[in-house]
Amino acid sequence: MSRYSLFSLARNALSGHRHWPQAWRSPEPKPRYAVVIVGGGGHGLATAYYLARNHGIRDVAVIEKGWIGGGNTGRNTTVVRSNYLFPESARFYDHSVRLYEGLSKELNFNIMFSQRGMVTLAHSRHDLDAQRRWANSMRMNGIDSDLLDRDGVRALAPGFDYSEDARFPVMGGFIQRRGGTARHDAVAWGYARAADALGVDIIQNCEVTGFDVGADGVTAVQTSRGRIGAGRIGLTVAGNSTLLANKLGFRLPITSYALQAFVSEPVKPMLDTVILSPAIGVYVSQSDKGELVIGGGLDHYASYAQRGNLPTVEAVTAGLLTLFPACSRMRMLRQWAGTVDVVHDSTPVFGASPVKGVYLNCGWGTGGFKAIPAGGWCLAHNIAKGEAHPLTAAFGLDRFASGAMIDEAAASGIAH
Amino acid sequence: MLLIDCPHCGLRDEVEFVCGGESHILRPDIVASDADWADYLFIRDNPKGLTFERWQHGFGCGAWFNVARCTATHEIQGVYGMTEPRPVLP
Repeated sequence: MSRYSLFSLARNALSGHRHWPQAWRSPEPKPRYAVVIVGGGGHGLATAYYLARNHGIRDVAVIEKGWIGGGNTGRNTTVVRSNYLFPESARFYDHSVRLYEGLSKELNFNIMFSQRGMVTLAHSRHDLDAQRRWANSMRMNGIDSDLLDRDGVRALAPGFDYSEDARFPVMGGFIQRRGGTARHDAVAWGYARAADALGVDIIQNCEVTGFDVGADGVTAVQTSRGRIGAGRIGLTVAGNSTLLANKLGFRLPITSYALQAFVSEPVKPMLDTVILSPAIGVYVSQSDKGELVIGGGLDHYASYAQRGNLPTVEAVTAGLLTLFPACSRMRMLRQWAGTVDVVHDSTPVFGASPVKGVYLNCGWGTGGFKAIPAGGWCLAHNIAKGEAHPLTAAFGLDRFASGAMIDEAAASGIAH
Repeated sequence: MLLIDCPHCGLRDEVEFVCGGESHILRPDIVASDADWADYLFIRDNPKGLTFERWQHGFGCGAWFNVARCTATHEIQGVYGMTEPRPVLP
């Protein structure tokens, strides 16, 4: 792998940028791998990278039915944060934020991680009370959080509706200053390039059609490009997890929904932090290109369509205008949706599956992007060692029968 | 945008409705294993393609009914009563 640097940039500029090497190979699949990862999104690519880097397992293939990073990794709103309520989630997501903090250097790929802060707004006395509990619980879990009063929010984001008769008056909020945004495509590409350099085969346009399972567990995946033997398998397919689980003969506590996002036309800098308003049901940040990146809640019925419906667009943009009246004449450039894997308690489903040799990494709901580094880190551990990583031990499929739910669904800011 | 054929009110815009999730899920016996309860409470078919789900005309007549709908195209293939069995569709 040739390293990216100021020097290599200058050298390639002199030759008109015609000689940049390929970032990763496109190999033919081998007949067998020690580990096959199904799903070439952020989680799958990160898992492959950490298998090679942390555990020395380089005989790994990542199989992707489309192109890498073309699913939810390329469809999210790029927010990275660890402002969760319960200790299990806080520990896991903060590990992810810490990995993000060093990721550009680690991967030699600029993921443009911008810790611009993540502000959650309070619009009522009840919001203030609940957020005081939330922010304090974060601090008890060792994660930075600061309560903000109305003036504190106003100093950070002066463009909101602060008038006396605002429909949703801004009464305060809290901020996780280490939260922020990252370039989502770069996270997939950076992990892909670094994993490839360690010997991982990335096989695109290769759809898994079935599995061979023997008495001793899984032995191979059947794909659109033939049978590929596999010692162990990691499933990192988000909204499609149920479909692959069915091919393996088990069911999951997941419902797949469309989650939409949109970006506006580029405008001058107007917002240098990430804003979430749970009450209004909208979150927004501004990209480096100047576009507002806008998201909201789920579409309200199950969907694999990767496109959303108009009522949700209307509700979210109405929310944006309530908060930001200045956006009333702003035009939207693009709108899209991803298929997200929603679980009852909004906590991932992670680790051993009912089929020996198959490991799960799913159930991220609307929040999988921020979890990519830690999700890959812990799944690699799980696959290499055959036992759960301490950070994901509480996220097992067994919690639905045991009742040990981690109910971030009630605790987290926005419905997911 | 879905147009849903409420059995009482006829074709109405989806914003008047609330989706209640998968239908035809039966409560297990009062004596049931933890696994059976978990199945009942949390495990879902979540198919890609035809699904059967409960909807309520929440901002209309208030009635609950069943809808057969494709999760890949959103096409509605039938509307039927709450206590009727799954229809056989082509």
